[in-house]
Amino acid sequence: MNTIKQRTMTVNGMPVLIEGEKNLLELIRKAGFDMPTLCYHSKLSTYGACRMCVVEDKKGEIMASCSTPPRAGMEIKTNTPRLREYRKMILELMLADHNRDCITCEKRNNCQLKELAERFGIDDVRFETYSLDGTKDHSSPAIIRHPDKCILCGDCVRVCDEIQRVGAIDFVHRGSRMEVMPAFNMPLAETKCVNCGQCAAVCPTGAITIKSNIAELWEMLADDNTIVQAQIAPAVRVALGDEFNFEKGENVMGKMVAALRMLGFDDVYDTSTAADLTVIEESKEFIERYSSGENLPLFTSCCPAWFRYAENYHPELMDNISSCKSPMEMFGAVLKEKAKKDAEETKSKKKTKVVAIMPCTAKKSEVLQERYHYEGEPAVDLSITTQELATMIRETGLNFADLQPEPIDMPFGIASGAGVIFGVTGGVTEAVIRHVVGPEDRNTLAEIAFTGVRGLEGVKEVKLPFGADKEISIAIVSGLRNAEELIQAIKKGEAHYDFVEVMACKGGCIAGAGQPFVEDRARAERSEGMYEADRMSNVRTSKSNPITDALYRTMLSGHNAHRLLHYK
Amino acid sequence: MEHEAMKAKIDEIIARHSESKPIVAILQDIQEEYRYLPKEALLYLADAIDVSIAKIYSVATFYENFSLEPKGKYVIKICDGTACHVRKSIPILNALRNKLGLSDSKKTTDDQLFTVETVSCLGACGLAPVMTVNDKVYPAMTPESATALLDELK
Repeated sequence: MNTIKQRTMTVNGMPVLIEGEKNLLELIRKAGFDMPTLCYHSKLSTYGACRMCVVEDKKGEIMASCSTPPRAGMEIKTNTPRLREYRKMILELMLADHNRDCITCEKRNNCQLKELAERFGIDDVRFETYSLDGTKDHSSPAIIRHPDKCILCGDCVRVCDEIQRVGAIDFVHRGSRMEVMPAFNMPLAETKCVNCGQCAAVCPTGAITIKSNIAELWEMLADDNTIVQAQIAPAVRVALGDEFNFEKGENVMGKMVAALRMLGFDDVYDTSTAADLTVIEESKEFIERYSSGENLPLFTSCCPAWFRYAENYHPELMDNISSCKSPMEMFGAVLKEKAKKDAEETKSKKKTKVVAIMPCTAKKSEVLQERYHYEGEPAVDLSITTQELATMIRETGLNFADLQPEPIDMPFGIASGAGVIFGVTGGVTEAVIRHVVGPEDRNTLAEIAFTGVRGLEGVKEVKLPFGADKEISIAIVSGLRNAEELIQAIKKGEAHYDFVEVMACKGGCIAGAGQPFVEDRARAERSEGMYEADRMSNVRTSKSNPITDALYRTMLSGHNAHRLLHYK
Repeated sequence: MEHEAMKAKIDEIIARHSESKPIVAILQDIQEEYRYLPKEALLYLADAIDVSIAKIYSVATFYENFSLEPKGKYVIKICDGTACHVRKSIPILNALRNKLGLSDSKKTTDDQLFTVETVSCLGACGLAPVMTVNDKVYPAMTPESATALLDELK
């Protein structure tokens, strides 16, 4: 057995126990020193390019702590005069090739480069600025590229390839001419980009940002001849608070509803209500396919980045993907149908616009897709992110923390807990299981929760007894590379599933790129917030939601359910 | 039809290589076939070997030796390494450019016959100044001998 001495090293003279850290950086951070980094993400491969995390050993050798494994007996320092000088020089060189319009930059509040320049007191850049040409790529409905702000850390390249397996962008050229861009410098909209926005979520600067629809929305809200209806996605409620100093994962739904009314929305609804419709429709579809054995496994369709990925890479699977619209689009169609009927009754000339508040950037592309249109017009007119909503709340001058919580509007004022948990990986599956398995009693619900549907792992498997002697085999994946590996396993016959839930963002919508960018996206806390909202709801299954019940007897009767809720 | 032929050619090139599908080696073979890397060829290659087109473009632009622009029938490389440079390689380059109407930004003649470019060292410093035409080495050149060579090639 190793003695303690064989397992320790020193950091700034302090002994630290080595407990399986994969690199010095993690060990140093464990010891309480916040090492600066610009290109390091623990979930991605180590690149070692930014050199901000350099340390010095007792021989005076300098190494990047992110790419050096800890060894017993090592003695390193993290803050010597030489290291300070190195870091300042590196930052100064990065800034020399960086657009420094910080005040008007989208990332002004959370730019890691700006933060480090402040922390290391960079007051002056002595070098000539070069290679800035002002180009911006606005072609994508969700993502903006601004190469003049790129520091070549490659985080976006790695997340796009390693986590999402899309590889829409990569390094091009080399040396001083190196840039990150799509192949042939083609507009991002023409690549296989799925608009998941994870590149923007990891970008330390403003080189990749999310397109804002705030200006259009203000105009819409200011128009007296337009009724503006909001629908709030499940995952938004446990993340918006991050922008206003709430505890991570705290559910701020009530305050958000109040804020939306003060911004000028006429009606405020919860997308979870429509998620209940999705559960009912998708369960029906699943049971039909399961009984006939056709087009199995059934893949979920509610994640637009996954849907786009499947279109791009697996056209042969499109028959396996559920024909259900996403909850957002289902709700859009239902709201537009209701608005049309109401206008006919009251002879009102007012237009109705539906705005979705989403954790997601790919929804900005989804709202434009014709297959989801309602009578030739978008069912959802705009999709804004959690971060955009926070900006609007601040712009209005509301003190969010002091707002009195308010409930969502009737006649869609109830959502089941099953609808709410759509926001976390495994949530759709759990909601569908509740619907398929049946009785709403506490024990059954608890049993379902323990089948393995919960948890933030990228791949989960669940087997569920069905009927007298059958079994439903389910897979739940988040991260598109995980999805691809699962698809390959299915094709090779190594795995068999009846139902597959796919979410492009790791952890599900709670970690969407529209959410505030906090450490590890607060996945654990946001997930807990979702399940707590479920526990606290008095309706736990989609079929016991009186709203959906009423809808199926009226607006969604007969073939109307298919007309409004399915895209094909 | 031409596109189909290109696909078949690329399939054949890929088949020459091992299962690990080495991108650089495959790109070299494609360039040997077409004298440059046609965009359509790269797009087809990406799908065929299941690598993102951005990654292939990244590799193709990293190496100076790969060209994304069509090259002439005769590719003339003038060495501008230290030894060739001090033995006056630049006047040779200028003489060729003048005669062919080429410049630093326009490297290939409109009739697609000649491409003139510089390389940093051909590794034949003892023969300086050196140039190559389609990989055949011409040692101890002068502006006059270089332009005379052009007439010969035409």
